[in-house]
Amino acid sequence: MSRPGFVLEVDERTPALLVHEGEGFRLERFPLGTRVVYPPESLPGIADVDAEIRRALLNPHGIEPLPELLFPGMRLTIVFDDLSLPLPQMRTPDIRQRVIEHVLELAARAGVDDVELLAANALHRRMTPAELKRTVGERVFRAFFPKHLRNHDAEDRANLVHLGTTAHGEDVEINRRAAESDLIVYVNITLTAMSGGPKSVAVGLASYKSLRHHHNVHTLRHSRSFNDPPNSAMHHSYNRMAALLEKHVKIFTIETTLNNDTFPSYVNFLNKREWEWTLADQARYLAVKRANDMAPPRLRRQMWQKTVAPYGVTGINAGLPSEVHPLTLANVHRQQLTEVNGQADIGIWGLPYICPYNVNSIMNPILVMSLGLGYFFNLYRNAPIVRKGGVGIFYHPMPNEFHPVHHPSYIDFFEEVLAETTDPVQIETKYEEQFATDPWYTHLYRSSYAYHGVHPFYMWYWGAHALEHLGDVIFVGADRATARRLGFRVASTLADALEMARDTVGSSPSITYLHAPPLVMADVR
Amino acid sequence: MILALEYHRSPTKYLATRGITTLNVGSRLSSLVNSAVASNLSPLRLVNREEPIRPGPEWVRVRPLLSGICGSDLGLLTGRSSPYLTPLVSMPFVPGHEVVGETLDDLPDLPKGSRVVLDPVLGCEARDLEPCPWCTTGRTSRCDHVTAGRIQAGLQTGFCASTGGGWSRMLVAHRSQLHPVPEDLPLKRAVLVEPLACAIHSVRRIDVPAGSTVLVVGAGTVGLLTVLALREFTQAGPVYVVAKHKHQRERALQVGATEVFEPSRAARALRRVTRGSLQKPVFGQEFLLGGADIAFECTGGAGGLDTALRLVRAGGTVLLSGMPSGTVDLTPLWYRELKLIGSYATDAGGPDSSRRDDFTEAVALAAQAPLDGYVDAVYPLSRWRDAVGHAIAAGRLGTVKVAFDPTRD
Repeated sequence: MSRPGFVLEVDERTPALLVHEGEGFRLERFPLGTRVVYPPESLPGIADVDAEIRRALLNPHGIEPLPELLFPGMRLTIVFDDLSLPLPQMRTPDIRQRVIEHVLELAARAGVDDVELLAANALHRRMTPAELKRTVGERVFRAFFPKHLRNHDAEDRANLVHLGTTAHGEDVEINRRAAESDLIVYVNITLTAMSGGPKSVAVGLASYKSLRHHHNVHTLRHSRSFNDPPNSAMHHSYNRMAALLEKHVKIFTIETTLNNDTFPSYVNFLNKREWEWTLADQARYLAVKRANDMAPPRLRRQMWQKTVAPYGVTGINAGLPSEVHPLTLANVHRQQLTEVNGQADIGIWGLPYICPYNVNSIMNPILVMSLGLGYFFNLYRNAPIVRKGGVGIFYHPMPNEFHPVHHPSYIDFFEEVLAETTDPVQIETKYEEQFATDPWYTHLYRSSYAYHGVHPFYMWYWGAHALEHLGDVIFVGADRATARRLGFRVASTLADALEMARDTVGSSPSITYLHAPPLVMADVR
Repeated sequence: MILALEYHRSPTKYLATRGITTLNVGSRLSSLVNSAVASNLSPLRLVNREEPIRPGPEWVRVRPLLSGICGSDLGLLTGRSSPYLTPLVSMPFVPGHEVVGETLDDLPDLPKGSRVVLDPVLGCEARDLEPCPWCTTGRTSRCDHVTAGRIQAGLQTGFCASTGGGWSRMLVAHRSQLHPVPEDLPLKRAVLVEPLACAIHSVRRIDVPAGSTVLVVGAGTVGLLTVLALREFTQAGPVYVVAKHKHQRERALQVGATEVFEPSRAARALRRVTRGSLQKPVFGQEFLLGGADIAFECTGGAGGLDTALRLVRAGGTVLLSGMPSGTVDLTPLWYRELKLIGSYATDAGGPDSSRRDDFTEAVALAAQAPLDGYVDAVYPLSRWRDAVGHAIAAGRLGTVKVAFDPTRD
């Protein structure tokens, strides 16, 4: 039986606690009284995953079993989450591979010939052949790539179809092949509560025309949090779009959830609570930290990017998206939700080396902002861990580094847009359209491995709620010039950061540290 | 006898300065090295020399009140100017061709004591020759006779042994070279008339279609005045400027630039606004497919011309305004079928007789343009080493134009 989530109050006996900071980590001593939010202990994984997949496919929620939906001559499109999930990448075989193999087996038995596989990459960069192979497995890759295993292309006008507009005037435009299929089977991994459900098809296979209705400043500011679908304007929009989609195409979704075994055994101490570290863990910490600090930056990045998680699968549910997703969310909450009593004056987050958009890539400064003020700040239900007007302290070195192939528009966004303003509304009004329709970015998105031109804007909007909520943002250990460009202050140490925060929250602030990863979601009461 | 800075023939010093200043040591260090070299190794000396003799009755003596240090002067002092020009000068000469002064002799239509600016070009009329085809049509900057006539060789005052130059207490000038300026035009504006006239000339050298996208590479005196002239004399659309220094960025915006880019991100930024595509060669700088319609190269350096060639769209025009130095990869010129146009000095309109000459326009514009603060470093001749060092590092030091005041001790 796994232990539930836990809030530690730092006292004299509390050891230094682990804090992630990009491609590194440190042990930090927090002020007495600091509350530290830990996730529930990692749940046990399902022992026989294949059996569980079969069970889910044959006993779906709200729809006939999959074999009954398959028939000769039908058009079947299998859509799967792209490489932005899970984080870090999971040990092979990837759960998507296992599910897809089962679906294909059933399709073959039913005599279905017209099968296409699509990565639901929306405006993310295309997955490389190697990344596709890793996700779907060698057997599927060999059988389907490249003709029948592809990335979604949100700029291929001929292969998009506009299905209509919602009552709120939101365009629903998705991949033509999927929209014109007799059945879409969606294979999902829900790592955080924002993913899955209505988001899968409506977002993963959409175009900019459709995405702009929910990926905007207004919606993000009214998504509190975007990890809490009932209180997220973004998810309300997804729901409206998904309802419209359901009228046009049948979707059979398979949603999976993972436990919190985020780090492999050689850095297993990163999965543990510090006071429970064994002598071996402590020795491993010292050795890994030393080696990591001494490694050349390029090698260090390669080592982290090659880290794969030994996740266990905690749930596999299939059926109608609207019926399946509540079960999925319950699983996510079971693994990640920890009750926290009230907000603090200061929230602290240690940001790791990975986010959804730098897999096999570089975490550029805009992604750091999006990870900290977007993903991590929004890991809450009811209310943020820090009060309105409070201070957010984040750990990350924030080097001024960009991947020239993956993030070309990010470079211009940083150099040009952020040099003028950091206000999300101004940025959206003045620049979004220009970047979104820039033919060069579009060309690179379609033919190279670049994120769409508009993508850095979405990353900035991701942090719009936090920017509005927080009175001050301080990065510990960040490159000063880079952080300044983003509009943030920089401190060398936590003590300096707390000193700087005094201007905003006084001299005896309450502090909450969200101890992640492994992921934890604060249920703030 | 008059006090003058004299440039004399010294192959050793020329080669030494050229050798050192063409070393690739990075832009910041390069400015320091060039400054030290030009101040200490260049074949320039402060001398007392005979007053220049008026070669004819249409010549007057002029007492320079301010005399600017031009990029071409610095090219000469750092040994970076091309040997191509050597037959077109006569030694020893007194540099200085951006001059505001007062006349010391009477002429029928120009009384002694008139305040004048100097058009430095020494064409057929000044040389007492039958006008060449160019001078006949007022295009004196193209004169074919700059080595002939009653004065020694010299493409301009400031490069001719017979006339003296602005970096002295006296020069001689032909009536055709002199343009009276109003007494109320401040000297620090008047000394900018010559480079402003050159800028006006450069923007009128080519057709700038209404709304066309223009890139100005460099935001020193030439670049800034080119932006000003573009706004005054053309219907150019957006004018983008590549500028190294913060004060240059501010000034460029003040005279009408649409946006100013740092050199390191000029290609990316221009790509964004012109919606071209950016290409990265295996070696060397990035270039655009797409880009500006027209580029003005205003740095006088190979790097500036290289940037201009790489950032102009196919079929576009690159206008060479700064005196060129160094070698450049001309592949873009060939591949993109570009037009490379030179612009030297000024003229009186050429075949278009309805057009006012560049100097007249410049005098008028200098009175009203936002040029305050452009000349903020004025040195006596005796401090020429400081002056030259300052001029070489002008951008870094926040200065646009450094000038001599030869009247000061």
